Amino acid sequence: MNAFVAVLRRDLLLAMRRKSDVAMTLFFFIMVASLFPLAIGPETALLRTIAPGVLWVAALLASLLSLPRMFETDFADGTLEQLALAPAPLALIALAKILAHWLGACVPLVVLAPVLALQFGLDARAIAMLCLSLALGTPLLSLLGAMGAALTLGVRGGGVLVALILMPLYVPVLIFGAGVVDADATGMGAAANLSLLGAMLAASLFLAPLGTASALRIALE
Amino acid sequence: MFSLFNWFRYASPQTFYPLAGRMIPWFAGAAAVFAAAGLYVGFFVAPTDAQQSEVYRVIFIHVPVSWMSMFIYLVMAAWGAIGLAFNTRLSFMMARSLAPTGALFAFLSLWTGALWGRPTWGTWWVWDARLTSELILLFLYLGVMALQAAIDDQRRGDRAGALLAIIGAINVPIIYFSVVWWNTLHQGASVSLTRAPSMARAMLAGMLLMSLACWMYSIAVSLARARCIMLERERHTAWVGELAGSAS
Repeated sequence: MNAFVAVLRRDLLLAMRRKSDVAMTLFFFIMVASLFPLAIGPETALLRTIAPGVLWVAALLASLLSLPRMFETDFADGTLEQLALAPAPLALIALAKILAHWLGACVPLVVLAPVLALQFGLDARAIAMLCLSLALGTPLLSLLGAMGAALTLGVRGGGVLVALILMPLYVPVLIFGAGVVDADATGMGAAANLSLLGAMLAASLFLAPLGTASALRIALE
Repeated sequence: MFSLFNWFRYASPQTFYPLAGRMIPWFAGAAAVFAAAGLYVGFFVAPTDAQQSEVYRVIFIHVPVSWMSMFIYLVMAAWGAIGLAFNTRLSFMMARSLAPTGALFAFLSLWTGALWGRPTWGTWWVWDARLTSELILLFLYLGVMALQAAIDDQRRGDRAGALLAIIGAINVPIIYFSVVWWNTLHQGASVSLTRAPSMARAMLAGMLLMSLACWMYSIAVSLARARCIMLERERHTAWVGELAGSAS
């Protein structure tokens, strides 16, 4: 457990020191979300309909953009090999790094989402639902993304490759996450979508660190 | 049993290479025979469908390639799992040789589906559950192949590709059900294991014959591809040298 806390603290400290990385992810999120009204037109009714989907896609792309940083620098300077040799299980260390990535790259997106949702004219209840779905869904993006980042560690064209690998895996998260607002607005109730997101989160909280650890071992040998 | 016939003998490329060479003509021949029989049944024996007239005959290609595209993914993931568990070189070669065939079948499934959808539904493409999950399956194949191709270190490429195939195989049912709940327009499955098929016997026979043809074709092609991979990877060994010496 000590190793978990130590790695988490170190990664968060590094994220704090490199504020531009966090800012870049946030600006990417804002830019992608702002491009849609410019491309589609300023009709409020249309924008309100597509807002949950647009914000979800933007958050997904932004978190994808920040994935290579999860292991890349540690891999380059050899820290990752030392972590793999440590007595603590590699899966636990991977979980700490995933948590640090979520706190550093995804939580800011969840916090910023209501502001962008206001631009799209969503009402208070829809905004609350959107934030809830993002808060449940973005940890999943980090967990699945860690496996992609570990598999493509130090590989030619890693950025595009990680997107190609992860897009199919992100599909269920996107469907259920973006569906939350619609399900709530149409009166079906968002409970089913939120439960499914929670179930996927519970399953991948257990499986994804193990997958990440084996992918890291493959990359390191 | 194991003393009579040692299965692990063929886990070595040196012994499997000639065996695969002997098996390929048989599987290729079986594929040709089954395809000829299936096409004959499909085009001349099977009756015209009451609702869809002749257009429905696309299913004799469409359904078998869709089945195979899903089945091959599972086989590829299973070979990857065997390779990761037992560290056998041949398993990774089989996993690698299956991927292009599976991707081809996934692509053909989408293509023939579009050809069928245009006259029947009046559109090339709808965002329906089965179409979308087949498209995502194609992306999964492309991801595995791209990852294998991007890693220069052959051993790491094999293992990373195998791990990704396994992760994908765990996700396939989740993706499928998520897409089903997301939207479903597609007609229900015509063939299922739990109830009697709702189609004429000749149609079913044609479809099953074509499935066997696709199956035999996949085995023949992936064995041929595995033979190329074997030669490429074992080029420094004595047995490939002897092979090349006797050929020239």
